[in-house]
Amino acid sequence: MSEANKNWIKVCTLDEIPPSQARTVKAGDTIIAVFRLTDNRVKAVENRCPHKQGPLAEGIISGDDILCPLHNWRIHLDDGKVAAPDEGCVKTYPVKVEDGQVLLSLD
Amino acid sequence: MSNKKKLVMIGNGMAGVRAIEEILKANPDMFDITIFGAEKYPNYNRIMLSPVLAGDTTIEDIILNDEQWYADNDITLHMGKRIKEIQRGYRKVIAEDGTEAKYDTLIIATGSNPFIIPIPGHDKQGVMAFRDIDDCDTMVEAAKKYKKAAVIGGGLLGLEAAKGLMHLGMQATVIHDQATLMNMQLDTPAGEMLRTSLESQGMAFKTSTLTTAVVGDERVTGLTFKDGTSLDCDLLVMAVGIRPNMALAKDCGLFCNRGIVVNDYMQSVTDPSVYSVGECAEHRGIAYGLVAPLFEQAKTLAYMITGQGLKTYQGSVVSTKLKISGVDVFSAGDFMGTPGADIIELMDKVGGVYKKIILEDDKIKGVVMFGDTADGPTFFQWMQDGKDISEQRSTMLFSASGLGDAGHSGEDLASAMSDDTVVCGCNGVTKKDVVDSIVKGGLTTRKEITACTKAAGSCGGCAGLVDQILASTLGTAFVESEHDPICNCTEMNHEQVKEQIKAKKLTMVREVMSVLGWKGEGCHVCRPALNYYITMTWPEDSEEDRTSRVVNEKMHANIQKDGTFSVIPRIYGGETTPDDLIRIATVAKKYNVPTVKITGGQRIDLLGVKKEDLTAMWKDLDMPSGYAYGKSLRTVKTCVGSKWCRFGTQDSTALGIHLEKQLERIWFPAKVKLGVSGCPRNCAEATIKDIGIVGVEGGWEISTGGNGGVHVVATELLCLVETAEEVEAICKAYLQHYRETGRHNERCAPWQQRVGLESIKTAVVDDLANRQALIERLKVYLDTQDQDPWAERVADAEKQQQIFTEYTPIDIPVVEV
Ligand code: SRM
Ligand SMILES: Cc1cc2nc3c(=O)[nH]c(=O)nc-3n(C[C@H](O)[C@H](O)[C@H](O)COP(=O)(O)OP(=O)(O)OC[C@H]3O[C@@H](n4cnc5c(N)ncnc54)[C@H](O)[C@@H]3O)c2cc1C
Ligand code: SF4
Ligand code: FES
Repeated sequence: MSEANKNWIKVCTLDEIPPSQARTVKAGDTIIAVFRLTDNRVKAVENRCPHKQGPLAEGIISGDDILCPLHNWRIHLDDGKVAAPDEGCVKTYPVKVEDGQVLLSLD
Repeated sequence: MSNKKKLVMIGNGMAGVRAIEEILKANPDMFDITIFGAEKYPNYNRIMLSPVLAGDTTIEDIILNDEQWYADNDITLHMGKRIKEIQRGYRKVIAEDGTEAKYDTLIIATGSNPFIIPIPGHDKQGVMAFRDIDDCDTMVEAAKKYKKAAVIGGGLLGLEAAKGLMHLGMQATVIHDQATLMNMQLDTPAGEMLRTSLESQGMAFKTSTLTTAVVGDERVTGLTFKDGTSLDCDLLVMAVGIRPNMALAKDCGLFCNRGIVVNDYMQSVTDPSVYSVGECAEHRGIAYGLVAPLFEQAKTLAYMITGQGLKTYQGSVVSTKLKISGVDVFSAGDFMGTPGADIIELMDKVGGVYKKIILEDDKIKGVVMFGDTADGPTFFQWMQDGKDISEQRSTMLFSASGLGDAGHSGEDLASAMSDDTVVCGCNGVTKKDVVDSIVKGGLTTRKEITACTKAAGSCGGCAGLVDQILASTLGTAFVESEHDPICNCTEMNHEQVKEQIKAKKLTMVREVMSVLGWKGEGCHVCRPALNYYITMTWPEDSEEDRTSRVVNEKMHANIQKDGTFSVIPRIYGGETTPDDLIRIATVAKKYNVPTVKITGGQRIDLLGVKKEDLTAMWKDLDMPSGYAYGKSLRTVKTCVGSKWCRFGTQDSTALGIHLEKQLERIWFPAKVKLGVSGCPRNCAEATIKDIGIVGVEGGWEISTGGNGGVHVVATELLCLVETAEEVEAICKAYLQHYRETGRHNERCAPWQQRVGLESIKTAVVDDLANRQALIERLKVYLDTQDQDPWAERVADAEKQQQIFTEYTPIDIPVVEV
């Protein structure tokens, strides 16, 4: 699906996510972590670490990676891939900021 | 006149003076000390009389404490004055020349008298014992005029005397009533090898022989034996044993048996103001005749006398070494073995090596070694530790270090020894003590090490081992892993980073990373460390970075495996009230807390709390945060103490609560736990905490560096103080010192091991100005920590501030396309 015809949902304003931290977004049974990176870009992944379901939103953000709060796995937020030597992948979601609004797509 | 208590000691020998040294170490200003010694010398190393006689050292070199030492320590020393009477009623002692001294506390350390067999002629000239410097002088003089010496007694002392006489140019014959030499320490094969070896050095023997008379007019000219034979000699040394010197004690009514009977504190069972140490004392039925146990006794006595608490002497297992050069003999424990015992043996008659180990259930019960005794101390240590040697048994006799070198495998042996192996048995000095003196004390010669640790300072048997440790330690001193970088994000180690933060006044985590050339944005290891270092170094100017906190510290709650959190409010010192309990119970019900648990830290844990309920719960609880999530003060565990307990000597609960309130908001390199017990029964398990405080009569014992976690470590005694205020001051200074010099994530126990207890003592206890400065710096920091973190979060929530929105999830509708 192309950018244009995605279903963008307004989540919150960028200011409502503390700098270099995350907020969780609940969509039905799925919890999504929306991260505000140090340079104010945003990323979103499912809030479940592939290791033992650690809540990724509580981890430390390092560049474009998140360090899981439970056992410190490192996960790339772009593609959801776990950094070696560990293995796994977490679902990512399209997310963007427009006019200070954070927009998320569940597609 | 000073109002110090008067301490008088009778006997100026090895055990007594060691006790005085220990007392001075613990409290140099407690007593006015007076010592009477019958000999006209200051304290010397009696053990070394044999090497003196054998020409291996000199009298000057064996003086342990010269007269200047007594003067420096304000000790009144009466040399050459023998005490003839103790008047317990008047608490005074009287010397033969009429000198008197009054005491509050008396130590009897009169050693023992050599036993002279009362055979006919035993009082002739030229018949003597071997006990002191005068005896040495007599032998030296005799050797100038006479040529034939006889020694009765084939034990350690007799053999050493014979060897010495040979060195002085005399022929020496040793007469022994048993078939085996040193039969108190050696089995038959070892005794045989010893005999062969000494015979090759020119010593003559008459074993299984009883002496019936000493012949001669005024002076001895010979001996007759039970078997009808005789021997010509013009000097006779009797070395057949010693008898505790307890006449004075007996005469004044102290209970004596084999020796002066003492309890586990080395205190006379008759009169608590009288103590006894050394060969004259009988403890649990044993009067020892070797220095190692006596030095242990001296320590216990000093501990007791200076009021440091209740440390007991439990008796000792001894080992023996013969000090004759070229002959290596080692023996310990049950060296014979009961019939049918499990024994492993190595016998090399040609090479002159014999080793035998007696085992029971794979534990060492006894050791005899001849020829190669290098592993003796290691085996002795294993024996004392009750170590299971099933894995070593097939190889240990070739070398305990397992390096396949049956000789004195030098450096390798030293480096293979475990840290707690006792290197110097006489003085109880471990390998670690020696290594520490080298690494931390910067010592480079054996002489310095002996001066600092006393290792190799008594019998000298371990001098070679100390040299080896010196060699192997200095060789590796520069390849320590301590200098590793903090993590992969940087090449700098903790110390370098701390230095830079200070020197460049770096006050923000991101600033540190950019100025110091970090790779990337840091990780869960370095970021929290930097956060800690900047706030520790610049409490007033730095900006703590919440995004560099690990989850628990960011959320002020412990994350659980399912992503929920736990809430543990402070329950100061573990003491609570019905009202607080009701409040906790009400909150637990209101928020459907699934698990309520009493923790190992004497408080209540509410587990399984949803993130979004945290702030509301904190508000309803209205109790301070217990910091169960942080590298901060966790709990101060207390016992009931003197307020209720029938044994309590101090109010441990009150002190614990006070300390918890004083220290609660401090962040440390790692979590910190305290324990306060009201008496040495130590129900608060204080001695496995970062700081353990134990109430004793009239004060508090503060010990530090304990850990109950992954590696259990017991605390080490830091100091003894009288008041609760001093406890607070010492704790604050200790903890600030730890904050400043500890590495992030390094708990007190490994930190204390790394920097050394002595250096901490200096910084925190001895140097008062430094102590004060540490406390001041802690205060500056504490002033910036004036808010409870839960209260702060609650206030934020009420002000609708956005900063902590992370506590609230956002619900969005699933949009169907
Ligand atoms: C709750 C409690 C167990 C209990 O139910 O009793 C507990 C729970 C945890 N302990 Fe503990 N420890 C608890 C008392 C202890 C004790 C006993 C004590 O404090 O007297 C010890 C040994 C004493 C010591 O620390 O020296 C202890 C040694 C550890 C260790 C090992 C530390 C070490 O230096 O070796 C860890 C791991 C660590 O810190 O890295 C640990 C880590 C943990 C963590 C934080 C694990 C984690 O990272 O999630 C657990 C958190 C559970 C939670 O969310 O509540 N816990 N833990 C206790 C809380 C006491 C309190 O009131 O604050
Ligand atoms: C030659 C020799 C070799 C030894 N080798 C070893 C060895 O290798 N290893 C080992 O562990 N042990 C060895 N020992 C034993 C060791 O020396 C003693 O165990 C130790 O010295 C005992 O210490 P002490 O303080 O009890 O007695 P001492 O050191 O004998 O001190 C007691 C002092 O009290 C004085 N005194 C007695 N009565 C009075 C009085 N009424 N008034 C005033 N003063 C009095 C005595 O003169 C003496 O100086 C050896 C002993 C000798 C003699
Ligand atoms: S011992 Fe401590 S860390 Fe281990 S499971 Fe129990 S609470 Fe958790
Ligand atoms: S659950 Fe994320 S690392 Fe284990």
